[in-house]
Amino acid sequence: MKALRDFFEKTKPYVQKGAKYHWLHSTHDAFFTLAFVPKNTSKSGSHIHDHIDLKRTMSFVIIALLPALLFGMYNTGYQHFKAIGELASTGFFTVFFYGLLKVLPVVIVSYVVGLGVEFAFAQMRGHEVNEGFLVSGMLIPLVMPINTPLWMVAVATVFAVIFGKEVFGGTGMNIWNPALLARAFLFFAYPAQMSGDKVWVTLKDSDKVVDGFTGATPMADAAAGNIDFNVFDAFIGLIPGSIGETSTLAILLGAVFLIITGIGSWKIMVSTVAGGMLMGIILNLFAGVQGLSPAVAAYFSMPFWHHLVLGGFAFGAVFMATDPVSAAQTDTGKWIYGFLIGVTAILFRVVNPAYPEGMMLAILLMNTFAPLIDHYVVEANIKRRLKRVKVSA
Amino acid sequence: MSKTIKLRKGLNIRIMGKAEAVLEEAPSAEQYALKPIDFPGLTPRLSVKQGQEVKAGEPLFYDKYHPEVFYVTPVAGTVSLINRGERRRILEVIVDADPSKGSVDFGKSDPQTMDEARVRELLLKSGMWPLIKRRPYGIVARPDEKPRDIFISGFDTAPLAPDYGFILKGQEKQFQAGINALAKLTSGKVWLGLPASGENKVFSQVKNVEINYFDGPHPAGNVGVQIHHIKPVNKGEVVWTVNPQDVAIIGKLFETGKVDFSKIVALTGSEVIHPRYVKIVSGTRLCPILEGKLKSENKQRVISGNPLTGTKLICDNFIGFYDAQITVIPEGDEYEFMGWALPGAQKYSASKAFLSALMPAKAYELTANLHGGERAFVMSGQYEKYLPMDLLPVHLLKSILVNDIDKMEQLGIYEVVEEDLALCEFACTSKIKVQEILRKGINTMVQEMG
Repeated sequence: MKALRDFFEKTKPYVQKGAKYHWLHSTHDAFFTLAFVPKNTSKSGSHIHDHIDLKRTMSFVIIALLPALLFGMYNTGYQHFKAIGELASTGFFTVFFYGLLKVLPVVIVSYVVGLGVEFAFAQMRGHEVNEGFLVSGMLIPLVMPINTPLWMVAVATVFAVIFGKEVFGGTGMNIWNPALLARAFLFFAYPAQMSGDKVWVTLKDSDKVVDGFTGATPMADAAAGNIDFNVFDAFIGLIPGSIGETSTLAILLGAVFLIITGIGSWKIMVSTVAGGMLMGIILNLFAGVQGLSPAVAAYFSMPFWHHLVLGGFAFGAVFMATDPVSAAQTDTGKWIYGFLIGVTAILFRVVNPAYPEGMMLAILLMNTFAPLIDHYVVEANIKRRLKRVKVSA
Repeated sequence: MSKTIKLRKGLNIRIMGKAEAVLEEAPSAEQYALKPIDFPGLTPRLSVKQGQEVKAGEPLFYDKYHPEVFYVTPVAGTVSLINRGERRRILEVIVDADPSKGSVDFGKSDPQTMDEARVRELLLKSGMWPLIKRRPYGIVARPDEKPRDIFISGFDTAPLAPDYGFILKGQEKQFQAGINALAKLTSGKVWLGLPASGENKVFSQVKNVEINYFDGPHPAGNVGVQIHHIKPVNKGEVVWTVNPQDVAIIGKLFETGKVDFSKIVALTGSEVIHPRYVKIVSGTRLCPILEGKLKSENKQRVISGNPLTGTKLICDNFIGFYDAQITVIPEGDEYEFMGWALPGAQKYSASKAFLSALMPAKAYELTANLHGGERAFVMSGQYEKYLPMDLLPVHLLKSILVNDIDKMEQLGIYEVVEEDLALCEFACTSKIKVQEILRKGINTMVQEMG
């Protein structure tokens, strides 16, 4: 440890302003502070500070994502072997390692490309490297279909980091959730590769699929009025879908961890679920309306709570909507923001035939509106405080 | 009618080194100082020259814009040094103590039989005036204004803060005299905030005040929080605040006719061998008080005041004018290998992200280390948990950062001073310099609004 610290301290003069390797100073700083919490002490204001910092906060979100990641790896293998009909004859570890080898490259590409852009920007601007991408870098692979080509992951990551974050000034300044922006970018730029029935299960051309295999997600089926998925399987996560989004159970574990440690906002999670459920109930009520096509009517009448285990709803509610930077910042605002995400996500999902998944668009839409929601909460506070004058006068 | 106000938001930081209820006499120091920097916004004009002899209570300097406000020497002696900083700004005026030079006699008096003008004049002349602060802005009261009310918080909830019940035991009469004097200066009331639990022997018999009780963690003892819940400061209104020990100092002036700036301070912090109370005279040099009282293993940080809002000093410096506490904690300027990733059983945090959250009764040694790098605002909802006021601290700070005076005013800059937001700074994940930003905003308001 001493040797490592000595190395960092000895190399520091070489990256200082004017020195030969100044262009490496952000990189040096990033690795130094990663290995050692800096010795900086308080210069003004409070002399004592909480031990929490952004590195710990972000690493806790990654810990919360681990169940979803590990399950995603297993499920990738599970879907593959199920499709070719060899599930019963394949051991657990074979299934898992198959998935591991498929998922790991996506994770690595996302981190390497994203952190590369981050470091370059930190360098150009003379900033410290921000921890924000540690989480985005994990979220991006988890919202990708497993068959997304790696170059697309790389392009989407570059787009998300530059146009989602750096143009606004880096972590803390962005308007939209960078990971969702990456997903939305691919969705609109390469729709053929990002949706349909071919992207959710890894298959070689030579693989023979079992009879009745479609490769479609239960949600796509549901949108077609074809609702026959097993709710328990969907809860556990053994259904086709984006890598990390399928298992409501694994996401729930992450949610419990985030809520207990206080890192994620339980207000947003609860209100998003409440909003989604309310919209589900409303759709149930309208299921009997005349003039709906049978497929739409079937989707309308699906029990409202089934929406919780389908698609990206749970993943979005727990990991995407709660991003503290792009969410509403005020307490009241969070309730409104989460609720509207839930409502619009289910509305988009069921009523809009063009997009089978509404969660991504709902969150991006509410990210856009979050400052407006906060604005009205702040105005209400100002009005309330002004009222005191009239009362006391 | 007194009432009990329950506050839920806030935090009692579990830091080691609380002072035992034992009083020690400190050896008297040879040097005392009055520091213009203790009074934010003050432009001082000297009344003395280097080498001049002064009696206790004689002015050392006065306010350029309010020349009737005197800042007087707490002890008699000789002005030995006028310490100047950049652009010849006066940093401190140092007096070598010599008790034989005596004190200025302002004459004994009973505030209850005096009229307002005479009380004002006496307080201004005797140098008691700067003990009174005004809200908005938390600066010395202006001699030409009449406050709507006067607020006194009878307790301090800050980390390791002194117990004013202990400090003022036996000074009930002086405290009452001080209250009587202050009561003359306002057309409103004198409000006294007391803790809902525990004994209030010293204060419960006080007359001429309206008492309210506050129940809750820090910052329940902050006078700003109390004002907010009793009768908030709106635009155009002015209230005054006085520290309880300073009320007794004012009382002593009326009783004896002479200034007596002796006071009891708590010597606290994990680097103090026996944290106790010591009796000192305001403005004393710290060395004689700290000598032999500190541990020696760590590099230390000496703070005049509490660890959230105090001023960093060295032993050779002088205690702050308003401070009733000296805190010594480890400096903590050491690297920590993978510190952010360790489980953290020994790491105190207001969050629940460390193992220490499972041990809610333990007290911790806290250092001056920042425990992380400074970042932009990322987490939300964090500050609100530690401010029991109906205002939005992050939005207020952002309005200061963009220098939007209208917004600062609307979002409540008249109601807060640094100490009210100090807990937010402590808990901040992004290590934002909350108090520095707030003072910058307040200075802007003073400049723009007068």
